[in-house]
Amino acid sequence: MFRSRTFQIAVPALIVMALLPLGVGGYILGLLTLAYYYAVFAMSWDLLFGFAGEVNFGPSFLIGIGAYTAALLNHYWLWPIPACLIAGAFAAVIAGAVLAVPALRLTGPYFGLVTLVAVLLLQNMIVLFAGITGGEIGLDLPDVLSIDDGTNYYYALVFMTVSGAILFGLAQSPVGLILQASGQNATEAAALGFNVAKHKLAAFCISAFFSGLAGAMLIFYMGTASVGTVVEIAVGVNVIIAAVLGGRRTIIGAAVGAIFLIGAGELLRPLGQLATFVVSAVALVVILFFPGGFMGRILQSGGGE
Amino acid sequence: MSALLEVSGLTKRFGGLVAVKDIGFTINAGEILGLIGPNGSGKSTVMKCIMGIEKPNAGSVKLSGTDVAGWPTHRIARQGVGIVFQHSHPLQRQTILEHIKLALLPDNLLMLATDHGVTRRAEEIAARVGLAAVMHRLPRTLPFADLRRLELAKAIARNPKVVLVDEPFAGLTSGEVADFSNLIASFRADGHAVLLVDHNVKGVAALVDRVLAMYLGEYVAEGSAEEVMRNETVRRVYLGGKIETAARPDRAGKDRTPLLNVRGLGVLYGKATALEDVSIHVGEGEFVSVVGLNGAGKTTLFNAISGLVPHSGSIEWRGKALAGKTPGGIARDGIVQCPETRELFGDMSVRENLDLGGQHQTLQEATKQLNWLFELFPILKSRQSQAARTLSGGEQQMLAIARALMMKPKLLILDEPTLGLAPVILEQLSKAMETLRQTTDITVLLGEQNVTFALPHADRVYVIEHSRVVWEGDPGRFAEEAGAGYL
Ligand SMILES: Nc1ncnc2c1ncn2[C@@H]1O[C@H](COP(=O)(O)OP(=O)(O)OP(=O)(O)O)[C@@H](O)[C@H]1O
Ligand SMILES: [Mg+2]
Repeated sequence: MFRSRTFQIAVPALIVMALLPLGVGGYILGLLTLAYYYAVFAMSWDLLFGFAGEVNFGPSFLIGIGAYTAALLNHYWLWPIPACLIAGAFAAVIAGAVLAVPALRLTGPYFGLVTLVAVLLLQNMIVLFAGITGGEIGLDLPDVLSIDDGTNYYYALVFMTVSGAILFGLAQSPVGLILQASGQNATEAAALGFNVAKHKLAAFCISAFFSGLAGAMLIFYMGTASVGTVVEIAVGVNVIIAAVLGGRRTIIGAAVGAIFLIGAGELLRPLGQLATFVVSAVALVVILFFPGGFMGRILQSGGGE
Repeated sequence: MSALLEVSGLTKRFGGLVAVKDIGFTINAGEILGLIGPNGSGKSTVMKCIMGIEKPNAGSVKLSGTDVAGWPTHRIARQGVGIVFQHSHPLQRQTILEHIKLALLPDNLLMLATDHGVTRRAEEIAARVGLAAVMHRLPRTLPFADLRRLELAKAIARNPKVVLVDEPFAGLTSGEVADFSNLIASFRADGHAVLLVDHNVKGVAALVDRVLAMYLGEYVAEGSAEEVMRNETVRRVYLGGKIETAARPDRAGKDRTPLLNVRGLGVLYGKATALEDVSIHVGEGEFVSVVGLNGAGKTTLFNAISGLVPHSGSIEWRGKALAGKTPGGIARDGIVQCPETRELFGDMSVRENLDLGGQHQTLQEATKQLNWLFELFPILKSRQSQAARTLSGGEQQMLAIARALMMKPKLLILDEPTLGLAPVILEQLSKAMETLRQTTDITVLLGEQNVTFALPHADRVYVIEHSRVVWEGDPGRFAEEAGAGYL
């Protein structure tokens, strides 16, 4: 494992990222901080799609539940941040399980549809109960992670690294193998004695845990929770594009895709509306012509692992 | 002693169709029971009911006394049942070794690392089934027989008390059948109970302790292989007669421009050579067989002719080069392939699949053709509205052949048409080819490793070995000059 190609790419990259605050300004650090949280969203999504074979069209449902649970606890009851984060992550797991247990019984595109509808429901709820949730405007948080750019950056970097290592390790482990078998051919996996529903549910819960936790951390970094940043369909779409762009079934690729997507969006910001267009076009080209994504390409040309 | 597997009163209905009706049998430890019957008689369904993949409507399935009927599949698997599926669907991105390792893993969410024992055990099993040399490769790069070996390897890894083996011999050569028979016999030697389904009557008879015959979901006979094969009903509905060689009229104009002329064909898959300098020709109205073992290159040759794989060399059709034509264009020119993989539209009905084949004809023509095909394959007529995906293995094969014939091809390319067909259907298919030859001007290119079917229908035979044509000649001379390894 330590000689694997993923490892050879990831370690030097992480060292560079760790040294970045010495050289770059607060603006770029802020951008990367955001990108690292997105990276966790995308990696969690990849565990579910790339390995369990289930397309979750609503990653922002899990992210939003985590974020808003943490936000409400902090805003109204002034819970300390660590408690809010834990509560947010577990709320996402519970909500995810409630959604997944019936949804995983559906096959084909229906699972994806259920997850999509869940996002719309959550968004409507938040707007409907605007008095409590702050509605479209969002909810201000009394606490923030830190006011120092560098500290925030390191929080995000460490969080991304640890989550990535756990998700990657899981994907490479025997459980990851069972998960892939369940995703690709459920009947045969069952005939080998594997409880397919159990494994998929577990994958969904793990995905939900990291999505919820990352969502909660993100709002404490921003100091406010709003529909536009953690719930809207567009958020989920970006997560999916990032994961696919970076390379499905690689976990690490999802992180690369997320950093690229956020970075490119910012670099092109002077173009205004055109920026989104250019980024989407690039994504389209990559997906059409290099379905393996960035990492798929790199890992393959290196002769695999 | 009590039986390891005891099935009684098993019944399974799909809508109005009773696929399995009141079937019962027992298998003791160290015993192999053969299950035979024509295509669509319910053999695979019996296996699926035992495995829990289909829920039986009635009946019991007892494993060492415990009734598991209706349990979910993974619990039945853990109770000690394993299945070798009729079709291999390996995982795309896992190596052969990983597939075997997977079969060795317990169903545990906390399995975060495998110990070395698992890897070593997986390697041993790979060696035992003859996959040692290819265990680090991906399934899609392996020939058909190796994929079947993988399925057996998975069953061995799981070490189930009861092993269900569905058509292990289909598409294998006689040498490979012998290999597989030994592996299956080793299950018996280890004290497992084996249920074996296959249409290779010789292979089954040599291996099993007892045989149960089914027809239309119902019990027909049970006893020793000889007794059952002698049974009147079994002979009529399953075995059929011998495949005859019809007299070949001498073809006029043998030295005219051939209809299809392939010169110096070469195909590379990545760095591997799949075909090298292959030249064949097929005259108008001729029936040509291409014989070769699995992986020899038959399918690649046909795919090159159909425009599905890039190649070097030239392919001429009626004197004009096919280069640059799309597969669709080639099909419209009259070259129709019935591929080994069948390529049916799984969610469409049998009738819709056939109608698609007849699309380019007038309604009247298409109806006539359809009626003829329903006469040829009566079971398709009764399954018209069923989704192609849910057909039995043999029924799918018949549908693939029928759809190709619906297109009224000039040149029909049949790739392993006998795969998974019951003997009686082979006889029907054989007669149909004879009728085609006599009543139409169709030309046929047939790829087979089942020479008992390939020879009687050939005016001329090519043998492909290791990507090259190694023999060409008259079917009469095949046995003495090139038959070793095939007969
Ligand atoms: N899901 C399904 N829905 C409807 N009909 C089905 C379904 N599955 C199987 N059948 C039908 O049940 C019958 C028995 O099928 P089964 O696969 O058991 O046959 P088989 O004896 O294994 O045949 P073969 O030798 O061709 O493999 C077939 O006629 C098939 O079309
Ligand atoms: Mg079958």
